[in-house]
Amino acid sequence: MITVQGLTKSYGPAPAIRDLSFSVDPGEIVGFLGPNGAGKSTTMKILSGYLPADSGEVRIAGFDIFSESLKARSRVGYLPENVPLYPEMRVGEYLGYRASLKGVRSRRVREKVEDAVQLCGLSQVQRQLVGTLSKGYRQRVGLADALVNEPDILILDEPTIGLDPNQIREVRTLIKGLAARHTILLSSHILSEVEATCSRILIINKGSIVATGTPDELRQRASVSLAGVVRLEVLTQAPSILLEELKALSSVSKATLLVESKGWATFELIPDGGDPRAEIFEESVRRGWKLRELSAREMSLEEIFTSYVPSSRDQSIRENVPAGNQPRMQP
Amino acid sequence: MRIFWTLLKREVSSAFLTPMAWILLFFLLLLTGFNFYAGVTGLNHGPTEVTVVESFFNTVFFWFSFLLLFPLLTMRLFSEEYRTGTIELLMTAPVRDSQIVLAKFCGALVLYAALWMPTSLYFLIFWWQTHLQAAGAMGAYFGAYGLVFLMGMFYLSLGCLCSSLTRHQLSAAVMTFCLVALFFFTGLLSFLSGQVGTFMKGLTITFSPIDQMTQFSRGLYDTRAVVWYLLMTALCLFLTLQSLQGRRWRG
Repeated sequence: MITVQGLTKSYGPAPAIRDLSFSVDPGEIVGFLGPNGAGKSTTMKILSGYLPADSGEVRIAGFDIFSESLKARSRVGYLPENVPLYPEMRVGEYLGYRASLKGVRSRRVREKVEDAVQLCGLSQVQRQLVGTLSKGYRQRVGLADALVNEPDILILDEPTIGLDPNQIREVRTLIKGLAARHTILLSSHILSEVEATCSRILIINKGSIVATGTPDELRQRASVSLAGVVRLEVLTQAPSILLEELKALSSVSKATLLVESKGWATFELIPDGGDPRAEIFEESVRRGWKLRELSAREMSLEEIFTSYVPSSRDQSIRENVPAGNQPRMQP
Repeated sequence: MRIFWTLLKREVSSAFLTPMAWILLFFLLLLTGFNFYAGVTGLNHGPTEVTVVESFFNTVFFWFSFLLLFPLLTMRLFSEEYRTGTIELLMTAPVRDSQIVLAKFCGALVLYAALWMPTSLYFLIFWWQTHLQAAGAMGAYFGAYGLVFLMGMFYLSLGCLCSSLTRHQLSAAVMTFCLVALFFFTGLLSFLSGQVGTFMKGLTITFSPIDQMTQFSRGLYDTRAVVWYLLMTALCLFLTLQSLQGRRWRG
């Protein structure tokens, strides 16, 4: 549906994206993931036909976005970041305007608008001025606009940014529901976001794609083993000695002391290959360690992400995760 | 063509959905109304050489309100869309850039014409009250309003160009006002230059809106003026299109 070959774009001397290549198949929901300033929005602006690329080729449903721009554009529904809308128009009126702008025949406009309004849950605000809508409704109007002419492809730039957790869940459900009829490319800098909605993820950093695959594939390919991270809580007087002993275990590749309070020390262990829990149990029986916790968890996408994207960035990623999403990230 | 109508309809309706059109209409009618009143009162003081139409279309009040219209009518056209980002929606819809420029220009022109329309009531009222024609012939009405329309086309297209250059409405308004004033007052150079060359004098008189209005409001049409305004409008709209497309490249 979308094929991108060697796409490059710079703003002045600063390159925004470098030699980007990927493709999206029909029916896929692909998440475009990267820290702020990685080149997500630039890529989406090029795909939607707003910006011309410096070099490279973009084909939308078989049409070149530059030389057959109008044909390609009529097959894309685009939701820009921050959802720009005309505040003085009413919701229904605005959607009708956009529908006929996108070439929907006059006698079908009303019907298409009605469909989009139903799909996006806008019937309550249909007569309201766009300027008076809440952020959540604005987002939905933007989505309704993007899909009002039933395009093959939806390009959604940060569709849930600035929404509260409930609204985020609603928009996610909405997007998942759209997958049956549209091919979707959405961008986000929030990991749980793409993990929850997308069937495939492209991780982009500093203008290049650093990893691609399903969430599970990315987990597998990450530098650390499948078993994920093991957490261990032990009653001890000398945690630093215990740390050395843990590191000496054959099934542990890395160990760190997380916290120590009232004699209880919490360690995080990165396994070396398999599951180290059996060995730890045997060791603790032999030495008489008092355990309060011994658990393993899968690596979150966030950890995988930071393993792909260098550490100067991961601070900003963590900070940008909205409070409502935090529990999902740390099971 | 249908897409052009859709765009045009939005341009015109958005102007009337915001207070701007109504405020402009109010103050334009206030100023021209006073202008008309002053003109008719002037006629009471004795015989004059000018008709009501001639005096109406060539006073400080008329030109002042005329010149102020353009920055106010055109400043928001592109700048507003740049600022709010709606230009991105517009330019990613399957719409040609030339359709956007033409629709915006025509929208402003429709609004401009709608603002001047009610002033024709003055002459109807004059005829109804006095049973006298306000002008020597019908051609004078058409000439005066035709010239207002032609000049409007040029100055509005200048405004379109300025608005397409910046995301700040105020910058667009200031630029438009300066450019419109520049073209308007070149004609006045003939007063300053005094005895410079007759060629220069002829040139400035030909392109002076005040002198053109003196002619047109008598029903004397000068094709040079018509061609000049049409060509300049086309040029400005072409430059606007270039500026809009250039914006894509700059991102």
